[in-house]
Amino acid sequence: MSDLTIKNLKKVFEGLEIIKGIDLDIRDHEFVVFVGPSGCGKSTLLRLIAGLEEVTSGHIYLDDKEITDIAPAKRDLAMVFQTYALYPHMTVRKNMSFALDLAGIDKKEVEAKVNEAARILELEPLLERKPKALSGGQRQRVAIGRAIVRHPKIFLFDEPLSNLDAALRVQMRLELARLHQELNATMIYVTHDQVEAMTLADKVVVLNAGRVEQVGSPLTLYHHPVNRFVAGFIGTPKMGFLKAKVESVNAGGVLVSLSCGHQVEIAVKGEHLQRGSRVTLGVRPEHLRITAASDSTFKAKLTVSEHLGADTFCYVETADQEVLTVRAAGHFQMKFGSDIGLELDVQQCHLFDDQDRTLARITTPL
Amino acid sequence: MNTSSLPVEHSAQAEESSQSVQSQRRRKSKISLAMVSPSVVVLLAWMIIPLSMTIYFSFIRYNLLYPGDEGFVGLENYYYFMTDAGFTAGLTNTLWLVGSVLLISVVLGVLIAILVDNMFWGRGIVRVLLISPFFIMPTVSALVWKNLLLNPVSGVFAAIWNFFGATPIDWFTHYPLGAIIMIVSWQWVPFAVLMLMTAMQSLDQEQKDAARLDGAGPIAIFWHITLPHLMRPIAVVVMIETIFLLAIFAEIFTTTGGGPGYETTNLAFLIYTQALLEFDVGVASAGGLIAVVIANIAAFMLIRIVGKSLTEKH
Repeated sequence: MSDLTIKNLKKVFEGLEIIKGIDLDIRDHEFVVFVGPSGCGKSTLLRLIAGLEEVTSGHIYLDDKEITDIAPAKRDLAMVFQTYALYPHMTVRKNMSFALDLAGIDKKEVEAKVNEAARILELEPLLERKPKALSGGQRQRVAIGRAIVRHPKIFLFDEPLSNLDAALRVQMRLELARLHQELNATMIYVTHDQVEAMTLADKVVVLNAGRVEQVGSPLTLYHHPVNRFVAGFIGTPKMGFLKAKVESVNAGGVLVSLSCGHQVEIAVKGEHLQRGSRVTLGVRPEHLRITAASDSTFKAKLTVSEHLGADTFCYVETADQEVLTVRAAGHFQMKFGSDIGLELDVQQCHLFDDQDRTLARITTPL
Repeated sequence: MNTSSLPVEHSAQAEESSQSVQSQRRRKSKISLAMVSPSVVVLLAWMIIPLSMTIYFSFIRYNLLYPGDEGFVGLENYYYFMTDAGFTAGLTNTLWLVGSVLLISVVLGVLIAILVDNMFWGRGIVRVLLISPFFIMPTVSALVWKNLLLNPVSGVFAAIWNFFGATPIDWFTHYPLGAIIMIVSWQWVPFAVLMLMTAMQSLDQEQKDAARLDGAGPIAIFWHITLPHLMRPIAVVVMIETIFLLAIFAEIFTTTGGGPGYETTNLAFLIYTQALLEFDVGVASAGGLIAVVIANIAAFMLIRIVGKSLTEKH
């Protein structure tokens, strides 16, 4: 068992509140990813859980045992650092056995555990080397091995892949997913890279300015963001936002007019909206379609196209200088500056009120 | 030296062009040789002339009190210097002085560097104060210690001893070498602190965090993380200090004058007494060469011991 419960956790640094009251439940065997822009407090939150920073107020429980004020080493957690933080003068073997040696565990048992970790991570040929003789990926695996040997209840990862090159990052990401299965462990992972968050996580925690914005599975966050921040943060390229004004509210949805005059009806509940109140329409690149300029009342100008092979991402500018991204087919060709028409997939659009909260969808029975 | 790129000619006469390239290169290297030769000649002369004169003097009878009696005497000067009553004392005193000051400055340097690495109010001022003794001239600091601190009647130490009702110690009479070691350490600990303090700043904070998670307490972190990290700067401190400590002179000259007896005479001071108190340039030259040999032995051993950690890449 390894359930982590965080209750109203706060952290103040020199008068500045970094973590502003966080409540979080992490269940056994879950792969939880903390994601958010830099400075949102995700690393601080991880360090608070690890015990490397002192908690200002609030509580952390691991399996009903409070660990808020326990020394880091006694929390039964292991952490993998962004810079690997290997001990440079120790061999790989010694790096991995350091914690066990300090704990005074029997030499044979230590050896068995280190060998087991080395086998899982395919580090056996490197055991007698020093960190400086290893490549970035190998160092990262040693850092993970150092965590594995301790058989912790929870693994903590602090942006572990950000120092690796792109190819290695993809490979290590798969390896982490495999490790999660093989060790059947609970993992908490901090990253600013949302691809890592989407691919690895069972549960994503989106943080912003020291608060939890939303917790949920990657697809929940993608399809049902609770507010504009989450909607804009999850998904690459980003969701496009258009200023809009409410024209009318009825049982079937909300009719809004965009700044260019184009009107769309979105099937969301908008009882508290008034006619004329300001809202924001959110639309993902794949829910937009480029048509001939004459075929749509929603007109725009094409600026840049990025050809990625399978897809082409087109950046278009509306008459009101609002920039949208459109996902088009890979063979899409059109000149810079061309006038185009846009078609919205209204079923998939999001509507945010003036507080940037998402308006709930009216689910139509199938 | 020749770093400018040469134009490559794609002509039919490839051989000819390569020949011209070669001759051009030769000409260029001749020019650059001509350009650097003055400084090389000066530096060489700077080193060779004093050294060869010292070697020459060490083989002749050359006493300023008996001019005109400068015959070749072979190894006699060396024999006299090494059988001089002060030689054994000078050698052991030199080793004691170098050894204990090294030990004190490295141990205290490491401890102080770790201490001031922590954040506290007024850290900047404390750091400057810690380093300041290094900038005081050796003669001045020796006089300050002799007259203001260690003086058995009016010194600060004597006042402390009196305050506790103890008899003040006459340091330069009873522990002359100890007093010299104190003064020299006071001057050289700051150097070690300076070097190690900067090295502490490059210690990876995440390594310490990782060690804390691995269950290492402050002492384990010191032995397993901090000290290994400091090995390289410590090696630098030891090497540089050794070079300077072998030649300590001003502190001895201004405080004890090598006495009582030969108790604070080191090799440098012994050579001085031979040359300028007994006016025997020949024996002093022989002593100088012996000191050079000893310094080289020390340097060789040091490089064998600590040099490994210097050349090892991180």
